[in-house]
Amino acid sequence: MAEVVVYVDHVGGAVRKPTLELLTLARRLGDPVAVALGEGAAETAGVLAEHGAVRVLTAQAPEFADYLVVPKVDALHAACQSLAQPPAAVLVPSSAEGKEIAARLAVRTGSGIITDAIDIEAGDLGPVATQAAFAASYTTKSRITHGIPVITVKANSAPVQPAPAPGTVETLTVTFTPAATGTRIVSRTPRQSTGRPELTEAAIVVSGGRGVNGAENFAVIEALADSLGAAVGASRAAVDAGWYPHTNQVGQTGKSVSPQLYIASGISGAIQHRAGMQTSKTIIAVNKDPEAPIFDLADYGIIGDLHTVLPQLTQEVHTRKN
Amino acid sequence: MSLRIVVCVKFVPDASGDRGFADDLTVDREGVDGLLSELDEYAVEQALQIAGGVEGCEVTVVTVGPGDAKDALRKALSMGADKAVHVEDEALHGSDVMGTSLVLARVVERAGFDLVIAGMASTDGTMGVLPAVLAERLGVPQVTLLSRVKVEGGVVSGRRDGDSASEEVEASLPAVVSVTDQSGEARYPSFKGIMAAKKKPVDSLDLRDLELDAAEVGLAGAWTAVDSAVKRPARTAGTVVKDEGEGGRQLAEYLATQKFI
Ligand SMILES: Cc1cc2nc3c(=O)[nH]c(=O)nc-3n(C[C@H](O)[C@H](O)[C@H](O)COP(=O)(O)OP(=O)(O)OC[C@H]3O[C@@H](n4cnc5c(N)ncnc54)[C@H](O)[C@@H]3O)c2cc1C
Ligand SMILES: Nc1ncnc2c1ncn2[C@@H]1O[C@H](COP(=O)(O)O)[C@@H](O)[C@H]1O
Repeated sequence: MAEVVVYVDHVGGAVRKPTLELLTLARRLGDPVAVALGEGAAETAGVLAEHGAVRVLTAQAPEFADYLVVPKVDALHAACQSLAQPPAAVLVPSSAEGKEIAARLAVRTGSGIITDAIDIEAGDLGPVATQAAFAASYTTKSRITHGIPVITVKANSAPVQPAPAPGTVETLTVTFTPAATGTRIVSRTPRQSTGRPELTEAAIVVSGGRGVNGAENFAVIEALADSLGAAVGASRAAVDAGWYPHTNQVGQTGKSVSPQLYIASGISGAIQHRAGMQTSKTIIAVNKDPEAPIFDLADYGIIGDLHTVLPQLTQEVHTRKN
Repeated sequence: MSLRIVVCVKFVPDASGDRGFADDLTVDREGVDGLLSELDEYAVEQALQIAGGVEGCEVTVVTVGPGDAKDALRKALSMGADKAVHVEDEALHGSDVMGTSLVLARVVERAGFDLVIAGMASTDGTMGVLPAVLAERLGVPQVTLLSRVKVEGGVVSGRRDGDSASEEVEASLPAVVSVTDQSGEARYPSFKGIMAAKKKPVDSLDLRDLELDAAEVGLAGAWTAVDSAVKRPARTAGTVVKDEGEGGRQLAEYLATQKFI
């Protein structure tokens, strides 16, 4: 059976959930071969094997942490070349970095690229990727017609399924290209963990917008999020006002989320915000303006002041959970 | 010191319009008015700020797109760019990122550059990969997705806010940079700027001028194929109730029936 290369997104050996989702999709196309790079690469093998990785290719080198993107492209390219035949596909998580790695690999291998797939199936002419276009107002199906199908996949696009496989660890030999050391990473400040779920991976997201009216008032949003075990999101208006960090922005120029439940409070529902949350399974809106466009998307909406509705909801969640 | 900056800007359908696909499943560029992609205004802004501090710096804006795409160039010129290049050719219709990047690479190589600046993503295709592809093709460093950018002593540096960390990165020129919408508000063209833009040179090029083969670009030369595009059924609006003091509890009841609590 053909092999499918899966790029592993991990932090110091802890595999992030979107990679496990990629393994689910990869198994539809062939035998998953995972590629894990940098510090902790070998420690990823256990969980990758549990989720279907037939082999795990690992490489360690300071270049992966010290230089931007290209060393990882060199490694992924080496992985593709090490296979007995070209892979049936290369799947990469759709993070900002993942997309850049995938795109450069595509150029190098003379391949087409599809970004931000939300589903992949096997087709007669190769993998068929589903994408959401124009702020998720269209659904498209596309293929790659030249070279290796290189596809980046959004988080929450497939279930995580256990599927035990050997997960044999092999060392990948990487020869870095001169371009590898072109862009130096001078310093890195890891993002502080909030203890809340990762925004893009969370099953529930509670977001606040301009209607929250002040950084201190985000406590109302956070309290509801914590009662539900949810991640916190924000509109660009709230981020631009300095009320919440940009890493939590949902929308076209922030994170794209697709949770089971999205609760938008004090958010009008501009097209650029919708672009990042429209594919959520259930949407709830709290807004004091009955004309707010967000109500057009909402499965359930409350016309009211979030500063009274949310605390009451939070209280009620706690009561019901106990 | 002189510095040659080339800014890549895209002419896109207005996101507030009813965007869709044409019969050949390419982006419909007729049904909706186009404009300079808002995210590329940030690229023009950073180019102008960098240029402002350098004697003899020239900012060229480049677009690959249909006739109307000149509007995008005009806007960038009225913001303050010095000159423009418009690549227009029937055969470019339907190009994917590989085709577009091939053309842009050829244009910037011919123009000569120390710095190429692009937006973080186009607002229609939203791939966000063209700058990385361009760097790969040009064989120069990519310094992308910067929320802050600085050029000093032949080195470009900046801040890249990633998923798990924020990084300070740097590279020697020449390089390809892309900037995010966190890099700083883009200026509005002044009346003077708009008048001046009318006299600035716009160079029009086609594939022959660039010595590119039509078979390498356009819909036929694309390495990806769209087989179908279906309008998503609009989300059906659900229940909307007015809070009469019980709104929070009503929401909780809804969440409970949906098994969220
Ligand atoms: C290129 C580009 C990219 C963009 N990217 C993004 C993006 O990634 N993410 C994003 O979110 N936006 C993005 N935007 C901005 C977007 O167009 C909107 O400006 C933004 O989403 C508005 O945020 P908001 O809904 O919080 O604010 P507003 O539109 O001002 O809405 C605030 C809402 O809160 C309600 N409200 C006020 N007070 C209360 C209260 N006490 N209780 C209940 N409701 C209340 C109001 O009725 C109103 O509906 C982008 C724009 C551009 C041009
Ligand atoms: N047709 C084009 N002409 C000029 N620049 C473009 C074009 N397409 C994309 N770009 C540039 O590449 C960036 C990223 O685009 P994309 O990868 O398509 O999302 C944009 O912000 C532009 O700066």
